[in-house]
Amino acid sequence: MSVGSESVIETRALTKQFSGFKAVNNVDLKVRRGTIHALIGPNGAGKTTCFNLITKFLQPTSGQILFNGEDITRAAPADIARKGLVRSFQISATFPHLTVLENVRIALQRPLGTHFHFWRSEKSLDVLNDKVMALLDEVGLADRAEEHAVELSYGRKRALEIATTLALDPEMLLLDEPMAGMGAEDVARTAALIKKVSKNRTILMVEHNLSVVADLSDWITVLARGEMLAEGTYQEVSRNPEVIEAYMGTGGDSDPVGRATHA
Amino acid sequence: MRAIDERIVYAIMFGLLLVAPTLIYPIFLMKVLCFALFAVAFNLLLGYVGLLSFGHAMFFGMAAYVAAHSIKVWGWPTEAGILAGAAVAALMGLIVGYIAIRRQGIYFAMVTLALAQMVFFFCVQAPFTRGEDGIQAVPRRPIFGMIDITDDVTFYYVVLAIFAAGFFLVHRVVHSPFGQVLKAIRENEPRAISLGYRADQYKLLAFVLSAGLSGVAGATKALVFQLASLTDVNWHMSGEVVLMTLVGGLGTILGPVVGAGIIVSMQNYLKGFGEWVLVIQGAVFVIAVLVFRRGVVGEIAECLKTRGAGGGSTAPHAGSGSSH
Repeated sequence: MSVGSESVIETRALTKQFSGFKAVNNVDLKVRRGTIHALIGPNGAGKTTCFNLITKFLQPTSGQILFNGEDITRAAPADIARKGLVRSFQISATFPHLTVLENVRIALQRPLGTHFHFWRSEKSLDVLNDKVMALLDEVGLADRAEEHAVELSYGRKRALEIATTLALDPEMLLLDEPMAGMGAEDVARTAALIKKVSKNRTILMVEHNLSVVADLSDWITVLARGEMLAEGTYQEVSRNPEVIEAYMGTGGDSDPVGRATHA
Repeated sequence: MRAIDERIVYAIMFGLLLVAPTLIYPIFLMKVLCFALFAVAFNLLLGYVGLLSFGHAMFFGMAAYVAAHSIKVWGWPTEAGILAGAAVAALMGLIVGYIAIRRQGIYFAMVTLALAQMVFFFCVQAPFTRGEDGIQAVPRRPIFGMIDITDDVTFYYVVLAIFAAGFFLVHRVVHSPFGQVLKAIRENEPRAISLGYRADQYKLLAFVLSAGLSGVAGATKALVFQLASLTDVNWHMSGEVVLMTLVGGLGTILGPVVGAGIIVSMQNYLKGFGEWVLVIQGAVFVIAVLVFRRGVVGEIAECLKTRGAGGGSTAPHAGSGSSH
């Protein structure tokens, strides 16, 4: 395989301009197959914008996005999901007034091809229930299947979201701050879950919790003011003086990500 | 368990509707049923997709005109006239929906209102609607060439059958694979998109179904009163169906039926108050929004649910596909 085809996602000079302000500027990101790739940077660095561009929730001003070598720069967001590129959201994305079971089943339902069948009973979906329960079991939610998603704790909602995403068996997962707003216990559980589901998959995540990033990611891209500042393993970027400066302001001599060494 | 409860409630409702004409004036009952069907169709959009259309009178009123004109002027059979009305309404729904669903919230409501006003002024100008007079004395020809519907009681049962068909169609739509996707879109549209669903297509189909059923209601009403007039396409009518749905209970299948019953009864039995009926209606609306935020049916269902949950300590709200 050539080096080019090794990247699942590749952006070329990706730029997004909001009325004169360049939120993302000339970003050349390459996410290699089978890795967990983290996108980090201080607030306002353009991480989430970059993420929304790749998942097509925003249209880039210029530049290109390739998925497995195919140009998806102008694709619709629902279509890239069908290609195997599935995202999560910062705010836990469940369907609150559907049951846990129904939440996951929605994802499995599309391949059935009956999603426009308004004359058919929803009982026809019950054939999917075994598969749903297997997925729920994987994330430890099997005993909550009949509850409404709104009744779950925050960490469990995340688990439900991941089960829903896994139901699509995506080739690549894009996780937008998977640990946002979580307590320590939930963070550990969710990190373990991400590690578990990363087998045979490629993951790109935006994350603020640097100990999680240090723990999980194989490769890190640091963004600052919309531009790529540094790339490398955690060891490499955490020693990069430019990264330290971006995080700490000028003259910070401490390890900006010192917490991580304890992780 | 909930599914069984639901069936009992439906059975009671239809049982009452079957014996109702022995006690109540059938024309009034038919009016209630037509508006109930209209509200049920409207609620498919507002309650299950979360789209507030403020122009549903265009489907209701235009279907009434089409049915009245095709039956009276072209001499079509009754059932063909009703179907023609529904088909025209569904087609309009396709066009209006295509334009409007790209907008969210208040913008969606404004686009539908604007288009409905265009339809209204078209109806004011177009000669076939006979302007202020409307299309009067629409004949009630036998259905399928054999059921004589000139008698109000017989026609009542035909209208009841039409209503039941529409009611159970909406019930089925809500509890179908398509309905599941609709609910997912209402609950969290970006997430539904990220799971590969092209949300706009589902919304459009729901819009067309809602418009078509509103058309059935409008066409039937034209036959009940043997009249299609500008009242049916006026924006007041769009407002009234919103009122019925909210008073009865948004997002419940039964709610709009109850709401239609309440509002039509008020209009009928409070006729003596003249213009004050509108003021009373307004007051009822304000009270509904302030006190019964879930509508009459929604509040009752919630009450039963909390009582049930209080009995068994952790009674889960069993029954996927509850009538949200």
